[in-house]
Amino acid sequence: MIQADLNIILPEILLSVYAMVALVAAVYTGKDKIAPMLTWLTAAAFVLIGVWIGMSGEGTNSAFDGMFTDDAFSRFAKVAILLSAAAVLVMGQEYMQRRGMLRFEYPILVTLAVVGMMMMVSAGDLMALYMGLELQSLALYVVASMRRDSVKSTEAGMKYFVLGALSSGLLLYGASLVYGFAGTTKFAGIIEAAGHGQTPLGLLFGLTFVTAGLAFKVSAVPFHMWTPDVYEGAPTPITAFFATAPKIAAMGLFARVLHDAFGGVVGDWQQILALLSVLSMFLGAVAAIGQTNIKRLMAYSSIAHMGYALMGLAAGTAFGVEAMLVYMAIYVTMNIGTFAFILSMEKDGQPVVDIASLNMFSRRDPVKALAVLLLMFSLAGVPPLVGFFGKFYVLRAAYDAGLAWLAVMGVIASVIGAYYYLRIVYYMYFGEENDDLDKNRAPVLHVFLVVAAAMMLLGIVNLFGVEGAAQAASMALVK
Amino acid sequence: MNELLLTLLTFIPTGAAVILAVFLRGDDAAANRNAKWVALSTTTITFLVSLFVLAGFDPSDTGMQFVEDYTWLMGLNYKMGVDGISILFVMLTTFMMPLVIWSSWDVTHRVKEYMIAFLLLETLMLGVFMALDLILFYMFFEAGLIPMFLIIGIWGGKNRIYASFKFFLYTLLGSVLMLVAMVAMYSQAGTTDIVALSEFNFGSETMSVLGITVVGGMQTLMFLAFFASFAVKMPMWPVHTWLPDAHVQAPTAGSVVLAAILLKMGGYGFLRFSLPMFPIGAEVLTPLILWMSAIAIVYTSLVALVQEDMKKLIAYSSVAHMGYVTMGIFAANQQGIDGAIFQMISHGFISGALFLCVGVIYDRMHTREIDAYGGLVNRMPAYALIFMFFTMANVGLPGTSGFVGEFLTLMGIFKVNTWVALVATSGVILSAAYALWLYRRVVLGDLIKESLKTISDMTAREKWIFAPLVAMTLILGVAPWLVLDIIGPSVENLVSNYQTALDHGAAAAGQAVSH
Repeated sequence: MIQADLNIILPEILLSVYAMVALVAAVYTGKDKIAPMLTWLTAAAFVLIGVWIGMSGEGTNSAFDGMFTDDAFSRFAKVAILLSAAAVLVMGQEYMQRRGMLRFEYPILVTLAVVGMMMMVSAGDLMALYMGLELQSLALYVVASMRRDSVKSTEAGMKYFVLGALSSGLLLYGASLVYGFAGTTKFAGIIEAAGHGQTPLGLLFGLTFVTAGLAFKVSAVPFHMWTPDVYEGAPTPITAFFATAPKIAAMGLFARVLHDAFGGVVGDWQQILALLSVLSMFLGAVAAIGQTNIKRLMAYSSIAHMGYALMGLAAGTAFGVEAMLVYMAIYVTMNIGTFAFILSMEKDGQPVVDIASLNMFSRRDPVKALAVLLLMFSLAGVPPLVGFFGKFYVLRAAYDAGLAWLAVMGVIASVIGAYYYLRIVYYMYFGEENDDLDKNRAPVLHVFLVVAAAMMLLGIVNLFGVEGAAQAASMALVK
Repeated sequence: MNELLLTLLTFIPTGAAVILAVFLRGDDAAANRNAKWVALSTTTITFLVSLFVLAGFDPSDTGMQFVEDYTWLMGLNYKMGVDGISILFVMLTTFMMPLVIWSSWDVTHRVKEYMIAFLLLETLMLGVFMALDLILFYMFFEAGLIPMFLIIGIWGGKNRIYASFKFFLYTLLGSVLMLVAMVAMYSQAGTTDIVALSEFNFGSETMSVLGITVVGGMQTLMFLAFFASFAVKMPMWPVHTWLPDAHVQAPTAGSVVLAAILLKMGGYGFLRFSLPMFPIGAEVLTPLILWMSAIAIVYTSLVALVQEDMKKLIAYSSVAHMGYVTMGIFAANQQGIDGAIFQMISHGFISGALFLCVGVIYDRMHTREIDAYGGLVNRMPAYALIFMFFTMANVGLPGTSGFVGEFLTLMGIFKVNTWVALVATSGVILSAAYALWLYRRVVLGDLIKESLKTISDMTAREKWIFAPLVAMTLILGVAPWLVLDIIGPSVENLVSNYQTALDHGAAAAGQAVSH
């Protein structure tokens, strides 16, 4: 019995063992000297395990008496998490090394965070959920304050930690209420208690607190305050990491809790999610307008995008989950491309984050400028780029679920949001004088940027088959 | 061959754009010349291919022809086709594009990108007129904003940044509601095929939204959502304010494309979507739209009268002429819709030519102020003649194509609503006033301005650009059946379907009352 259980969580075990071995090895051999090698190795491990999970997994398996679920949904999320984390590691490696920030703990902490994320999307129990969440968060707190000598980085880590602890508290309080009224921490038991007949009021209280805690993790308004500061303060490669893998994990966990544990009371959480979604879309769109720091801008942009993903989730249907997954996959690709560009923004060897420094960038580097143009229009959701399909998916899900008003709000917010993406295009193409950014020659960043942009254009043919996988995933989650 | 003809036609310009982007290197004179020649020959080839489509087109068949249909993601289809309503817009686009490219022969700033932008724009415009899937249509329709945004923003005038943002955001805001309506249609009808949707009956039971009673129910709401998009694109009063800014700031070629083709997408949308798919919603709102059109004609003509910028004047005159189009469409009878399509085609030639006329003297003097000119006839006789011709065509002089369109739409509307017809007819007089006054101030009189003493007449290239436009304006003016024969059967079909749907709706409503 235990053998079968261990088999199911083999990828997580392997990654944990890898992290520990790497830690010991690094301490005994060269410490930071082997950090670059370790980074590549970790990325390779992520890709390998990602491919393995994507290729081999089948059906729905549950381990440890339902504490851990391995199904098409968790596999979709895990593959996305692993691949995006690998991409971010590779992208940031050169940047961190050149600035002496590449410590050997970095890839190891990222590995631990990723293990936590994999736990999150597979959680079948409130305890497993909390374990995964904290493993991820604790690793991320440390990573955020990676640059100890920088006030901003330390401040970012501190803010993230204090607010994160608060949200964990909310979540735990909610979990205790749920446990009290359902008599169990297992999702399978909670759905029994919440689905049939009279749902105890305390359970709904618990649901609300759990939702609030999770909303913090996906940085949905009004639990978003930490996002811009952490994005700005953390070193750029780490910001790129925050914007991608943890977002998928949190969204996956959100979907899992709502459907596996509270699938019987969709009507009760639908309104909460719809409200979170509307607020995020509008705040993200409006607040980004005034930003001059591109990292802060991307923070608000990600808040707005989480709003759209939540719109899919708010539908409360299998198609809604599918839409959310497709949206997240597209969102992550766009963000990897955009951050590859932000990482390459330098002047005299120093990183620049001011949007105005992009003045007439199209003159200096037409290829990169074109790629960024495609990504910006895709982020804005303008057809024919792939970003449009993400929006179309969630709009359809919302409309089919009777949330036509939410769909209307979403498209209006998207017009407001289009403004600041256009502003970046404006600086790159319409400016007058050259503002000399260095011609960054890191080929890795160039490749990531161009490939992501090309995917935005070529994906309109069939979305690279994400549709089918997302559909299978949503079917596994929503019965 | 026939199966792929439309796709080929649509994507020839994209292919050339990709070739330019990938293979053309350098920024010197030779590279620029190559870019221009590639663009010119591609657009010409596209025009020749479109002639094949026209030759193979059978006007008596009211269905879709040259249909291509492939499955795409999410239950959508890649479906293209043309019928009597769309074929002439396709021809208009392919006809205008070589002239547009040729007229930009003197562009020196980022020539390669300029040509790529126009080539991509041509693909997107052709796609709009041929797409037979809702979302495919939406993609072409919206994607056109990107190259136009760049064209205004990079090659535009002094205030180009404001104009480009206003253009993009204004039209985007108009369109996104249409997207929600499309999602709703997909959800209700289970298909995004435009032909199937034209036959689908969307609910029209009176409903209440936010406490407001909506007569015509879903149909009215969807109609309004589409209306928001097309009315902005058209543009109709009072959502026309982006147009003068965009026109004034855009480079000449951009203005020509905008006036000749992009504005027609709104009218085409009304004919393709609003009337066939939401007949009951259309009927509910027809009086409002007719009066908006009448106001547009009179009001924007009056505004045109006091403009000091030539391009702005012509832009307002475009809004007025589009007023005839919406009026004709929503008269919803054979003459009205025939006239509306005719007016759109003819306005494509005439307004395009007028913007080119402004471009000719702008290239020489670098100002569009009417006051900066006067007495040009003394130094530019050929220019004076051509400008005269198109001024007259714009006024609607019999013998030019402008007359046929205006006359037919007025006749169509007269049968439906005499008062609107009365108000709209006054626009004919007003258009004569502003157009002739403009002509007098710019061309006639003595040449007293020092700066104009050395101005030179049109070059051979400029004359040749105008030649096809003059020819088309005259030919369609004296032989309107060339157009009417092609569009006639399809329009007849459209009108009869519209009437049948209304009769059904009325019968259903009658039954509901008797129960």
